[in-house]
Amino acid sequence: MAIVTPLKTAAEQQLVQQYADSKAALPGGPAVRALREQAFAGFEARGLPHRRLESWRYTDLRALLREARPLAGAGVATAAVEARLAALGLEGLRLVLVDGIFAPDLSSLDAIPEGVSVQSLAEALAAPREGLDRVLSGPSVAADDAGLMLNTALMRDGVFIEIAEGRELAQPIVIVSLASGEEERAVFHRSVVLAAQGSRATIVEVSEAAGAAAQQINAAIVFETGEESEIQHVRIVTRQQAATVEVQSLLATVGAQAKFDSFALVANAGTVRQQHFIRFAGEHSEIGLRGVNLLGGAQHSDVTLVVDHEVPHGTSRELFKTIAGGQSTGVFQGKVIVRPHAQKTDGGMKSNALLLNDGATMYNKPELEIFADDVVCGHGATVAQIDGEQLFYLMARGLPRPQAEALVLQAFAGEAVAFVADENLRDWLMREVEAWLKAREAASEVSTV
Amino acid sequence: MLEIRNLTVKIADEDKQILNGLNLTVNDGEVAAIMGPNGSGKSTLSYVIAGKEDYEVLDGEILLNGENVLEMEADARAAAGIFLAFQYPLEIPGVATMTFLKAAMNAQRKARGEDELLTPDFIKQVNAAADKLGIAKDMLRRPLNVGFSGGEKKRMEILQMALLSPSMCILDETDSGLDIDALRIVAEGVNALRAKNRSFLVITHYQRLLDHIVPDTVHVMSKGRIVKTGGKELALELEKSGYAAYGEAA
Ligand SMILES: Nc1ncnc2c1ncn2[C@@H]1O[C@H](COP(=O)(O)OP(=O)(O)O)[C@@H](O)[C@H]1O
Ligand SMILES: [Mg+2]
Repeated sequence: MAIVTPLKTAAEQQLVQQYADSKAALPGGPAVRALREQAFAGFEARGLPHRRLESWRYTDLRALLREARPLAGAGVATAAVEARLAALGLEGLRLVLVDGIFAPDLSSLDAIPEGVSVQSLAEALAAPREGLDRVLSGPSVAADDAGLMLNTALMRDGVFIEIAEGRELAQPIVIVSLASGEEERAVFHRSVVLAAQGSRATIVEVSEAAGAAAQQINAAIVFETGEESEIQHVRIVTRQQAATVEVQSLLATVGAQAKFDSFALVANAGTVRQQHFIRFAGEHSEIGLRGVNLLGGAQHSDVTLVVDHEVPHGTSRELFKTIAGGQSTGVFQGKVIVRPHAQKTDGGMKSNALLLNDGATMYNKPELEIFADDVVCGHGATVAQIDGEQLFYLMARGLPRPQAEALVLQAFAGEAVAFVADENLRDWLMREVEAWLKAREAASEVSTV
Repeated sequence: MLEIRNLTVKIADEDKQILNGLNLTVNDGEVAAIMGPNGSGKSTLSYVIAGKEDYEVLDGEILLNGENVLEMEADARAAAGIFLAFQYPLEIPGVATMTFLKAAMNAQRKARGEDELLTPDFIKQVNAAADKLGIAKDMLRRPLNVGFSGGEKKRMEILQMALLSPSMCILDETDSGLDIDALRIVAEGVNALRAKNRSFLVITHYQRLLDHIVPDTVHVMSKGRIVKTGGKELALELEKSGYAAYGEAA
């Protein structure tokens, strides 16, 4: 096979080798195989995304991945994995991935409610299914992304969830993705959620490391939601090694009169690039994308999103809050596209960042591409420090500086968390926020001694 | 007892001196008023006593019960008994008023080596104090000062003062933004807190507040220093003649 552009870096060459060595064993029938081939050819033509690409400008994956780690093995349920699961203490339906491989033994499959089907992605890819390549490809605005192409080519497993028409799930479905490794490995996984007409569900994704080694993670989740469905997605990426590099693609195609909400918390996760590709496929739908990034040390969080208003009467809201200390970097790139006939679009995008010290950086790049004339769209981006007046007020009431700061920061993050409808999930998210703030407070006490 | 000697203060990052060798003593149990025109430095004085960082103290000292507070951070001064009711209370979005009150009360208890308040005791104390000031329960659930009217904010300041039971209370223009009924409620709240071991520094531009909170002493402030000291009758005198006699436009 002819290679279009010679790939230069060691990591790119290693990926070529890994794909060549593993593709015969990767799951999927002929259609999936063809999709993988096409995706990998696309990757080969582009190479790893780098900073000269507008959409990857602030997260140079080519520079970050000096070496492509070997592909992870079978996904062993180590004691550390079990301990982490126990600590999470999840009730209800829990689907566990270890190193990207679905682990039924660690999952609570007896809790699968009526009207919900769960398969491993490997099983789903192997079975013939009409429209599978459409589902896997996601919105057209994702088509050119080399990070996603790598995921398509190399995805090994994950979960494939179908929620039947009209089903309303009382409890969230939690997908826990744990890295077991004592060795540095690369993990490629993908999950799919097909929510039929009128269904209502909450899908939670947790990404953590149970092992000690930093991982290279390339994950994707695909949502196709039917008419009048209401889907809430919550993602928590935390407790990962500083040297972890993670790319998370969220692909959502949202039907008419539907609601789709996604919230993502990133805290102590290494380098995380989240990219959301969202498409309105039907009219009168509402989409909310929100998140909180809590960054310290040399951590890096990039949220890049594209919301494609392809049809009229769509409402979209984005709100991202970033708190950055140490030498960390936050990135928000949001693009809202309003197609020529997508009249009556209502879009609002906001990114607010608080920098805790001079070493921290925030890049904000909100963009509107509007081709229709009867729309209401706005965006706002702020980068500030903790308000000194507020801080003095709280300290004048007796709160020591770290505690006063924590209160202001907690409130700042809380404004985004407040949009999560499920109270238990809000509490969970705020516990993670508080834990992060406590750790920061403790660190500041140590450093002032 | 609060003793301020030769306090000389400028804005930290500007070459602008605001307090020019100010001297002032407030004895235990005394209610002292400071009157002065806008811009004479009243709020600056209150901020410097409370420990705001935007100022640089060029000279002088502030002693609370003999201890120099200028070395302390604002939270330590609060724990030592200083309370400033702000002229413009800050809005803190996302922080429920109750959460804030509890954090403040417990922080001060901790600084004094006392145990944390039990939640039922805390709620009882807040409810009792809120009732006296005509503060609705619903306000306590809202984010601190967010969307409160001017009068509501001032009442919230007095509520905090009542709950934190400081020994040195500074009220900066607590009367501004209050209608006559609210003024009466707030003044009653303050008067109820008057005690042998608690002093007040009541800062105001108008004499009106001093009809309700009757001071022991009145100081006139002009251009960053105290230029005259007298009894409560001095307030009435100022009301008639204005500040012109003190080198200020009326
Ligand atoms: N942070 C500041 N920066 C610049 N000027 C200030 C600041 N604070 C006070 N001033 C100035 O100092 C003077 C005294 O202000 P202030 O203490 O607020 O007076 P008062 O409370 O008596 O009206 C005014 O001229 C005011 O503009
Ligand atoms: Mg003033």
